[in-house]
Amino acid sequence: MSEPLPAALQQIKDDFRDLEVRDRLQLLLEFSQELPELPERYSEHPDLFEQVVECQSPVFIFVEVDDSDIVHLYATAPREAPTTRGFASILAQGLAGLTVAEVLAVPDDYPSDLGLTEAVSPLRIRGMTALLGRAKRQIREKTAA
Amino acid sequence: MTVENDPSPRFAGYAHPERLVSTEWLQAHLGTDGLVVVESDEDVLLYETGHIPGAVKIDWHTDLNDPVERDYINGEQFAALVGSKGITRDTTVVIYGDKSNWWASYALWVFTLFGHTDVRLLDGGRAKWEAEGREYTTDRESAPTVEYPVVERNDAPIRAYQSDVLDHFGSPLIDVRSPEEFSGERTTAAAYPEEGALRAGHIPSAKNVPWAEAAADDGTFRPLDELNAVYRDGAGLTDGDSVIAYCRIGERSSHTWFVLTHLLGFEGVRNYDGSWTEWGSAVRVPIVKGSEPGAVPSRR
Repeated sequence: MSEPLPAALQQIKDDFRDLEVRDRLQLLLEFSQELPELPERYSEHPDLFEQVVECQSPVFIFVEVDDSDIVHLYATAPREAPTTRGFASILAQGLAGLTVAEVLAVPDDYPSDLGLTEAVSPLRIRGMTALLGRAKRQIREKTAA
Repeated sequence: MTVENDPSPRFAGYAHPERLVSTEWLQAHLGTDGLVVVESDEDVLLYETGHIPGAVKIDWHTDLNDPVERDYINGEQFAALVGSKGITRDTTVVIYGDKSNWWASYALWVFTLFGHTDVRLLDGGRAKWEAEGREYTTDRESAPTVEYPVVERNDAPIRAYQSDVLDHFGSPLIDVRSPEEFSGERTTAAAYPEEGALRAGHIPSAKNVPWAEAAADDGTFRPLDELNAVYRDGAGLTDGDSVIAYCRIGERSSHTWFVLTHLLGFEGVRNYDGSWTEWGSAVRVPIVKGSEPGAVPSRR
């Protein structure tokens, strides 16, 4: 019996799966438009961000863990890469407010479970899986010390 | 030909100038009977963010590749796909896309596997259309479904299989990947997903001519004299050569295939779409590491 997904991630998954394949792309596009701008303290420090090479277009992510053990994920990707922006936005919204333990418990194959594989191809979904993997690794590194 | 060619003097020197249209030409011909504009991008959502009015979308991965076997779609699938985009056998198809028409060239090459006669590229692709401030729309695709005949794919003239490459040794091979992939430092382009090759390096005797050497900064193809400098003077190709081009999965080499075939006029150029993801994982095929082409291998 696997752990239930955090509420936001479950909601995103349900929202995608309730749609026809073609409309799932439209929802992903909406996510891509919702990817927040980087906070000012990061916008001039691209060096802090880690590039996820498995994504087709360059995407950079950076994870913070605050004093209450809450994870904050920041990501940036070019406007010409809406799919990648959409993936990052899903994770930023889905993981918002979760604790370290909750994020680490998110199944690694969550991206394959969104019903998007058919719409964007398995190859592209791998980019999102890699993003989630990078986020978790950064959290482990930050909390190991 | 159902729609007139672009008479632009910019294309006049190329071997087949009818294969290109300019942004000005396309702007003036939008909505013309018998013309369908197709967008084909690396990013599966880019079309949805805004596209040339009336254009339809064909995705290289979800539309052109068979979902099960590692192969292109068959004649029935192709007929259903392009018929649903309003394309008949006589339609003039103009393809454009992102990344200097990298994926648009791939789509054009697949159209050619099915013998579609009149298929052209928009020189400069999305980048040029955008840079010139031309119109985009986010209207949903609305093409009438039309009848396209079932035509069996004819691979042999323009597609090479692994066995064809083994038989080809002694004739020119062009590896269009980055120098790092060619030398074996890495198996994928920088910032691209690992698609799985067990060995790194290149096919012996291949010359390394990265595909982007054919593209100018604005995404258009370089003028004839510059292309000649790259492929004839640089890579040593001469008229009458039979050439095979390859990359990692056959997409970047479609761009080079277009340049060699339609701009420089080489005949019988083939694209080895199995490319490094096949060769680099195949058993008992010769591989060379390092930046030199290496000798033509003897038969095993």
